[in-house]
Amino acid sequence: MSIRSRMARFAAACLAAGSIAGMTAAQAADTIKVGVLHSLSGTMAISETTLKDTVLMMIEEQNKKGGLLGKKLEAVVVDPASNWPLFAEKSRELLSVHKVDVVFGCWTSVSRKSVLPVFEELNGLLFYPVQYEGEESSRNVFYTGAAPNQQAIPAVDYLMNEVGVTRWVLAGTDYVYPRTTNKILEAYLKSKGVKDADIMINYTPFGHSDWQGIVSEIKKFGSAGKKTAVVSTINGDANVPFYKELGNQKISAEDIPVVAFSVGEEELSGIDTAPLVGHLAAWNYFQSVDVPVNNEFIAKWKKFIKNPKRVTNDPMEATVIGFNLWAKAVEKAKTTKVDTIIDTLPGLETPNLTGGTAKMLPNHHLTKPVLIGEIRDDGQVDVVWQTESEVPGDAWTDFLPESAVIEADWVKLKCGNYNTKTRKCSGQNY
Amino acid sequence: MRQLMMGRSAGNCQILMLLAVLLGGMVSQPALASDGVIVEAVDENPPDVSEPVVSFESIAAELGDASFSAKMELTDALVKARYPGSRRVLAALLDGQLYADKATGRILIVSSGETGSIYHDAVSGSLMVDYQGDSKKIMTNNALRKKLRGDIARFDLGSDETAIRLGAVKQLRDDIDPVVAGLLREQQSLETDEQVLDEIRITLALFDLNSDTAEQRLAAVTELDGEIGNDVFNRLTSLLENESDKDVIKAAQTTIQRIESRRSFYAGLETAFFGLSFGSVLVLAAIGLAITFGVMGVINMAHGELIMLGAYTTFVIQQLMPNHIGLSIILSIPAAFIVSGLVGIGIERGVVRFLYGRPLETLLATFGVSLILQQLVRTIFSPLNRSVQTPEMMSGLLRVNEIFAITYNRLYILIFTLIVFAGLWLILNKTSLGLKVRAVSQNRQMARAMGVRTARVDALTFGLGSGVAGIAGVALSQLTNVGPNLGQAYIIDSFMVVVFGGVGNLWGTLVGGMTLGVATKFMEPHVGAVMAKIMMLVFIILFIQRRKQGLFPQKGRAASGA
Repeated sequence: MSIRSRMARFAAACLAAGSIAGMTAAQAADTIKVGVLHSLSGTMAISETTLKDTVLMMIEEQNKKGGLLGKKLEAVVVDPASNWPLFAEKSRELLSVHKVDVVFGCWTSVSRKSVLPVFEELNGLLFYPVQYEGEESSRNVFYTGAAPNQQAIPAVDYLMNEVGVTRWVLAGTDYVYPRTTNKILEAYLKSKGVKDADIMINYTPFGHSDWQGIVSEIKKFGSAGKKTAVVSTINGDANVPFYKELGNQKISAEDIPVVAFSVGEEELSGIDTAPLVGHLAAWNYFQSVDVPVNNEFIAKWKKFIKNPKRVTNDPMEATVIGFNLWAKAVEKAKTTKVDTIIDTLPGLETPNLTGGTAKMLPNHHLTKPVLIGEIRDDGQVDVVWQTESEVPGDAWTDFLPESAVIEADWVKLKCGNYNTKTRKCSGQNY
Repeated sequence: MRQLMMGRSAGNCQILMLLAVLLGGMVSQPALASDGVIVEAVDENPPDVSEPVVSFESIAAELGDASFSAKMELTDALVKARYPGSRRVLAALLDGQLYADKATGRILIVSSGETGSIYHDAVSGSLMVDYQGDSKKIMTNNALRKKLRGDIARFDLGSDETAIRLGAVKQLRDDIDPVVAGLLREQQSLETDEQVLDEIRITLALFDLNSDTAEQRLAAVTELDGEIGNDVFNRLTSLLENESDKDVIKAAQTTIQRIESRRSFYAGLETAFFGLSFGSVLVLAAIGLAITFGVMGVINMAHGELIMLGAYTTFVIQQLMPNHIGLSIILSIPAAFIVSGLVGIGIERGVVRFLYGRPLETLLATFGVSLILQQLVRTIFSPLNRSVQTPEMMSGLLRVNEIFAITYNRLYILIFTLIVFAGLWLILNKTSLGLKVRAVSQNRQMARAMGVRTARVDALTFGLGSGVAGIAGVALSQLTNVGPNLGQAYIIDSFMVVVFGGVGNLWGTLVGGMTLGVATKFMEPHVGAVMAKIMMLVFIILFIQRRKQGLFPQKGRAASGA
């Protein structure tokens, strides 16, 4: 074959390849990609799988309304498998390979901390729907779950004031969220006059299954004649053997109530709830809240997931709120560009599922109501106390001296880590 | 021979490296609840009914919409007045069976019968045959339920059944006031049962500790001598803080010291039990590995998955017979043995057979098998955990005394482990298969020369070890989450126990496992769960440095492994 004909063939091949690539690129530009970064296997799958399904449901609903900006939404689902370094890899894949416009993901704080550098480096947009320990406010993250002042502190207040608890066990899984939350709670309790001897702190690894010794210690600690409660930041499926052991050792909620921050309807649906009746959970939403907007949502969810036995929970509500706020911002700004959306979001409002409103604040947190509930024997939670109106989320707690002086404000100060004493904005501490 | 011996210690080194690598992979402002709205009672009674019934009904009617604090007051009123229906209403409220009709506010007791719900009128107690209305449950919270238990106990003091009276006195110990003390003294004069009298005596003595006269207090402290319960201890300790009378102080201190020494004794016993039960779980998980690794020199990284398959077998059998949970557990034991045993034989025939004498390759290959098994389970069942129910007889506590109690599930598993161990020991030492297994492991060539079919013995040994892993899975399904990652949580522990106890030795596995379990549980209260695990691993690493063969080294010539 002559060189000329070979070159001609080569050129033709290139053109063909180029046009196909161009066509697929044009096709891709017709959808808005939404990334979903939740563990679908491993120790956290028990909690996170349902959030993936929630995002898929919201996308389907939005597409029925015609999508956003005339384009359909497309979900890109990855499974980081409860493996924290894998979360970072998968988030990089979502942002640089799939080029998603927004990511809904993460549950454990360690997974969020793992992906934080990636989102800030690649200027991505993450909606984080789970209650957490605060002490963070990133430009690229919007925190639709509770900060400690919207969950942990009110729960401790309820136990102290309404239940009369004077002795405290802080039991958590060994990673950043329980460690930081317990630090805050310990400082808070001491500021209320609780003595060191009346606080017992205990950490266990993820997936810990032998609770005999620890539950026995809790029992002993709680039989000193003072009303004792356990504040549990135990995460994932370690909760199952923990509550089972509580039941086996006959610790009832009336003797030593356990208030959990990471146990909701979804975790309860997988276990035998008989020994748990009366134990407490603190969230900003419960499925049992009887208002029309919630009942509609529950019906819609059960229809989508094709299973009348599936439940709804607080992180699902947070995902819904996050999605609705993002969609509102996109429609208002008429673009999905991350920088524009980040500037559009603060100040936007959307209804929450308990009959109130969620407003996005300049520190990238929401206003949320606080509900304390007791677990029923059918796995639902009855509300026994709630705040009158929504509490604004405080990213930097007022109860630790080093955090009390720090403020997060991405609207006026353009800083998530602004020290009001030294008037300096320090960067993100990863 | 030297090459084979090197292969064995090199194998140990691989395992330690693996352990080290796998170790890396481990580890507002409040607003009060709204006040209730008091509903006017509808006077349904005919006009000639006497006063008490009308007030009872009006109190009951208010329960429907009352706030939690209002409910506390209303139930107090019911107790004080002691209406004939008081106990019935209080018990129904406690059990979550008290409902209020949405339309009329009438209070009902709803129980479930064979054909649906059965409705009784709460006030009169009569059955309502054709009730069609819509009712909502009257809610309680923790504080209210605790109070209701005390209230009902007051009624139960006069019950005909001894067990109920005993329960009532025990319940009342939590909040003794002069009224309750009076009730108890009344009951004391009428009571005939020994146990109930004893309970009343102790409860009254605890109450008398508050008395104004020193003699009464001294008498009460003397009365409590010999008791070891928590409440006695707490009351005496708080008494000492404010006491001035010397005799009372001395008596109280002696009693407290005695209680403390007994408590520490029983606490030690309890920790020992926890250690033994944790150790029994380790032994169960490791004993199958002791056979395959110990006897055959095969490093089976899929051992954890064989345990997991046993646990899933239990789940499947429970799904097949949901109404016979106890029976399903018993049936699961042979079923899991067969399932895991067959899979084990499959692994041996398909993979391991070709890799004898090459520990590195066996390790890699079986690791690959473990990944395949995990993904297979994820695909067939789902990545989420499955719930396996515990039968009635295995839940709850066996109470030895006030301080010391043993949980049934752990006790049964401990006994089960010993039975499995005994069974394996018998098989290996008293049957012809066991003889052949021992022969092949000691000197393969000689055994073949004697006519033993070594290939078949290998497969059966692997199957035996895997089957025992399956049985371990049945036990573990009762203690922990059944999920695809169950095996990963136990593989390291299994290797640890086998290496520590001495490769190839059943007794070594038993002693090693129990030792590690007890040591971990004794360390845990002092350093925490995470640190205890780390210390255990560091200890084993150091121990192996000094004593490479483990606790019980293998005697005789080295196993062939080729």
